[in-house]
Amino acid sequence: MKEEKLVLKDICKSFGEKDVLNKISLDVCAGEHVTVLGPSGCGKSTMMNILTGILPADSGTVDVQGKVGYMQQKDLLLPWKTCLENVILPDLLAGVSKEEATKRAMPFFKEFQLDGFEQNYPREMSGGMRQRASFLRTFLSCGDILLLDEPFGAVDSITRGNLQQWLIDVTARLGLTIFMITHDIDEAILLSDRIYVLSDKPAAIRDEIIVDFSTEEKKDRLFDPAFLEIKKRILEDLM
Amino acid sequence: MKKDKSNIFYPVITIVIAVIVWELVVRIFHIPSYILPGPIQVIAALIKEFPQILYHAAATIGEGAIGIGISIVISILIAIWMDRFPTAKKTVYPLMVISQTVPVMAIAPLLIIWFGFGMSPKIILVVIMCFFPITVNLTDGFAQVDRDALNMFHVWNASGRQIYRHLKFPFALPYFFSGLRISVTWMLVAAILSEWLGGDRGIGVYMLRAKQAYALDKVFASVVFVVLLSLIIIGVLNMIRNKCIRWNG
Repeated sequence: MKEEKLVLKDICKSFGEKDVLNKISLDVCAGEHVTVLGPSGCGKSTMMNILTGILPADSGTVDVQGKVGYMQQKDLLLPWKTCLENVILPDLLAGVSKEEATKRAMPFFKEFQLDGFEQNYPREMSGGMRQRASFLRTFLSCGDILLLDEPFGAVDSITRGNLQQWLIDVTARLGLTIFMITHDIDEAILLSDRIYVLSDKPAAIRDEIIVDFSTEEKKDRLFDPAFLEIKKRILEDLM
Repeated sequence: MKKDKSNIFYPVITIVIAVIVWELVVRIFHIPSYILPGPIQVIAALIKEFPQILYHAAATIGEGAIGIGISIVISILIAIWMDRFPTAKKTVYPLMVISQTVPVMAIAPLLIIWFGFGMSPKIILVVIMCFFPITVNLTDGFAQVDRDALNMFHVWNASGRQIYRHLKFPFALPYFFSGLRISVTWMLVAAILSEWLGGDRGIGVYMLRAKQAYALDKVFASVVFVVLLSLIIIGVLNMIRNKCIRWNG
């Protein structure tokens, strides 16, 4: 039995008359990449806000083992801080000294392909770099569970492709546990170990798909016939 | 960012032409200097009277600087207060807007009655005229902070003070400087205006005395001096601003 990092049980949430989440139950195990796939505006972000504690759930339980880091579609780097100052900010806020936080962050700059840009301001960095810097900040703020809310939604498709390949590498090397929300079916199949498909409002889990082909070399998935089979199944789920 | 030189070219040419026309008009129509002195006479007066003007200007600049300093402190406090407590904002903000319709010229004599002929009524008048643009801009800046960024800080369990230091103040800095730029242009006007009503030192006092002696060249000389001084202050302020928000590119 794998170690469960994140368990949601029967989460319901409504805003006034509008039901947004209907009995959402799911789990994420250590080292797993789990994706929630659903149409835009179906309540995915509400789910994230419940996970991070920004919003309370109406009913159901949220069980989180360890700390969660939250990364959004917008990179949300502070433009008045350099790349380095941005990524060490969560540590500084937690009371870690600047020297200590810098020492902890520096070894990861190469892994996140940001080496040489430590002293640059966000406006001097490309969209892909900013997204990786945002990712590094999330990773440093908590190594346990990374919540990614449409992480590559705001970058162009070529950059997105590169970022996805890079994420596959870095996830494997650092053994990250990732819980991702997206509306991009290809992205979900490419990156995930498991996919939960959500229905439209109110969001309920319609299907759970274990992506068990090309698990060693996820990059090859795009060219595997199994890819299309899963895509077909998801499209039918979403009909 | 370097400004295009052609931006300066047209206004400068216009001023030069206006000054030449002014000088010609004065000479051709033999206008006496107690009605309108020519620009050459004004410049001569400025050079001759420079030590005197400087002596008086020091007092005016002092009042302005202290007034602006107090305005900044008050503005920051009010802006934070309104940012933290929405009720305070709903209560105070409209009142502040209304207070701006009160004619300052009407208050100034009262201030002299209440606080005497020293520096204090002048500083108070500067504060009354200058705190508003800074407060309004800073409040707007705080209100414009990205909700998602705020949420991010809450996820990190940042304290209120940390949020101001790392997020709200840096974000509102450009707003603060646009407010300050308006305020510094009013700063000298407010100080001079209050000096007209009483006191023994200040550019306003000097102008009043010169006017009463029909030495209009000296009046114009002090006007030119005030204009140049304002330009220098704004220039310095822009330099500070660009240094503070380098990240903005």
